[in-house]
Amino acid sequence: MTTHYLVLSALLFSIGAVGVLVRRNAIVVFMCVELMLNACNLAFVTFARQHGNLDGQIIAFFVMVVAAAEVVVGLAIIVTIFRTRRSASVDDANLLKY
Amino acid sequence: MEPAEIFPHSGGVIGVSWLMIALPLLGAAILLLGGRRTDRWGHFLGVAMSLASFVVGVLTFVELLGLGEEQRRRVVELFEFIPGMVNMGLLVDPLSISFVLLITGVGSLIHIYSIGYMSHDPGRRRFFAYLNLFVAAMLLLVLADNYVGMFIGWEGVGLASYLLIGFWQHKPSAATAAQKAFIVNRVGDFGLLVAMFLIWTTFGSFAYGPVLGAAGDANVPATAIGLLLLLGACGKSAQLPLQSWLLDAMEGPTPVSALIHAATMVTAGVYLIVRSGAFFQAAPTAQLVVTIVGVATLLAGAIIGTAKDDIKKALAGSTMSQIGYMVLAAGLGPIGYAFAIAHLITHGFFKASMFLGAGSVMHAMNDEVDMRKYGGLASVMKVTWATFGLGYLAIIGFPLLSGYWTKDGIIEAAMEHSPILGWLAVIGAGLTGFYMSRVFFMTFHGKRRWAEDAHPHESPAVMTWPLILLSIGSVFGGAFLIVGNRFMTFLSPAVGAPEEPLGFHPFSVPGITTLVLVAIGAGYAWTKYGRSEVPAVAPRGSFLTTFARRDLYGDALNESLFMRPGQWLTRLAVFFDNRGVDGLVNGLAAGIGGSSGRLRRIQTGFARSYALSMLFGAAVVAGALLLVGNL
Repeated sequence: MTTHYLVLSALLFSIGAVGVLVRRNAIVVFMCVELMLNACNLAFVTFARQHGNLDGQIIAFFVMVVAAAEVVVGLAIIVTIFRTRRSASVDDANLLKY
Repeated sequence: MEPAEIFPHSGGVIGVSWLMIALPLLGAAILLLGGRRTDRWGHFLGVAMSLASFVVGVLTFVELLGLGEEQRRRVVELFEFIPGMVNMGLLVDPLSISFVLLITGVGSLIHIYSIGYMSHDPGRRRFFAYLNLFVAAMLLLVLADNYVGMFIGWEGVGLASYLLIGFWQHKPSAATAAQKAFIVNRVGDFGLLVAMFLIWTTFGSFAYGPVLGAAGDANVPATAIGLLLLLGACGKSAQLPLQSWLLDAMEGPTPVSALIHAATMVTAGVYLIVRSGAFFQAAPTAQLVVTIVGVATLLAGAIIGTAKDDIKKALAGSTMSQIGYMVLAAGLGPIGYAFAIAHLITHGFFKASMFLGAGSVMHAMNDEVDMRKYGGLASVMKVTWATFGLGYLAIIGFPLLSGYWTKDGIIEAAMEHSPILGWLAVIGAGLTGFYMSRVFFMTFHGKRRWAEDAHPHESPAVMTWPLILLSIGSVFGGAFLIVGNRFMTFLSPAVGAPEEPLGFHPFSVPGITTLVLVAIGAGYAWTKYGRSEVPAVAPRGSFLTTFARRDLYGDALNESLFMRPGQWLTRLAVFFDNRGVDGLVNGLAAGIGGSSGRLRRIQTGFARSYALSMLFGAAVVAGALLLVGNL
């Protein structure tokens, strides 16, 4: 039973990770990051059920709070970049380098 | 006869003999610290301090004469200078008082002369300050009762000499000459210092009394000390091989050349050798070297003097030569000491008189020093001509004038010691007859070869009176000192005396030969420079003339032996520093800079590649954890 949840969680995390690496659109990259976070949440909740305590569920709430805050800041940055550069590609935003 | 015992002394004029040093020192301090405020009366203060020192010197001398002959070596304790090592005191004895009278007497006359000579110079106050400083240092040199005090005076006169040679420091040649004098003197001072170290380790004292009293003991390295002292003397007295600075020192104002580089400071080496006579008497090798240095220098100086057209440089060559005579006499031991010091005193008179005469001529000829542009000055400058002439007759040893008595004494004493030395000294006297006559005739006689704008005139009284007084000394000084062995008797308590003093033989073979050679030299100079035309530009001359004009290649020798290797050494050090040391440091910096330049290329700016490396890193960490967990 637990194994199925964990496999699902790993699949979701892998899809998210690959999405972050291969996609250029900042919105999509963002959604993939959300996917990875939620995959983690799933694993936390699964382990909480298995061990019969609430530690994992509490951590899941924390992760959700952090993800919400991240979305607020991240979307604001993406919108600002899009307004100035007319592009939401992460490869175009490459000024901060050597 | 051994030197007399040294007695402690207090009270009387001898008790305050430190005033002689303190007064000129005070004068120098006031003039240097007072600055421009003392400009108007500074020269009078300088003269007054020098004269006051002279008065104290004369009173000291009189008081000393009042004591019994064996009582005439008095030490005045002043203060503890270096605890346990040096007690500073003044040794007033016949030797030091002779120097005191020469330094303050001739020094005061030259101070007075300088009022006129330097009257148009904006730096006159500074000039008098340095002159006072010189007088104070020179008096400390001769009066100190220990080697440390003597050394302080020794360095003090070196400093004053440096400051005065470079007095017109806006002239590069003067600045260079001052540095040259300073550096060459350092070589001599090295010898003097090492000699003092040896004296301290051997005797545990620097005071003349205990040191010289025990100088003859068996375990004393007298030869080493003697030779090192000679090195010091060579530096200060411009003896071979450290002679090269004296000719360049003529860049200083002429009164300086007269006082420091003819009459007093350059004779400090003779003082050192005579004062330390006990070491030389215990070391025949050192004595022999002293006499050889003396003879070599007296000939070298005379040869240089024959070829110089610059009147001051010709006189400087002559100074070298005459000090060579003194060093020769000082190397002969007690038999020569009295003649060395007597010649030193008479030389102080006639050479100062001639240098000041040369200054008077330069003053009249718009500071021209080339004798080929003089000629026929006798009729327009009568006083200068007469006083210079008397000095000239004195130095060539014209019968009954000063130089005749003292130089003849040295030649006789050298003859007694070794005929070779004696005959070389006779040849030197013949050369003196030639080159001094050349200077005299080229300057005062023959056709007028003046520059267009030259209007020679006699110098003011403030300059001629010192000349007259000095020429009186150059006429009668020698006879006063030598006849009846007066000076030898006076000096013997300080330096000892030979068992049987040298009688004076006016008609001996060397004496007659000397006179004949001098007459030949003077006659040849008259035919060549007095009667016939002197070319305005120096003719090229033979190999020998060039040799003499180039100072016997002394500078060339120094340059190739010391200066060029020194330059190569510095160039090598600079090369090593630039390439070796700097290369290491710069290479390290460049290596770090270069590699970090390459390293920062990793920072591409592509967020996705950062993400990949994070993923990779996380995978590695996870793998490592799994691996460790499995172990």
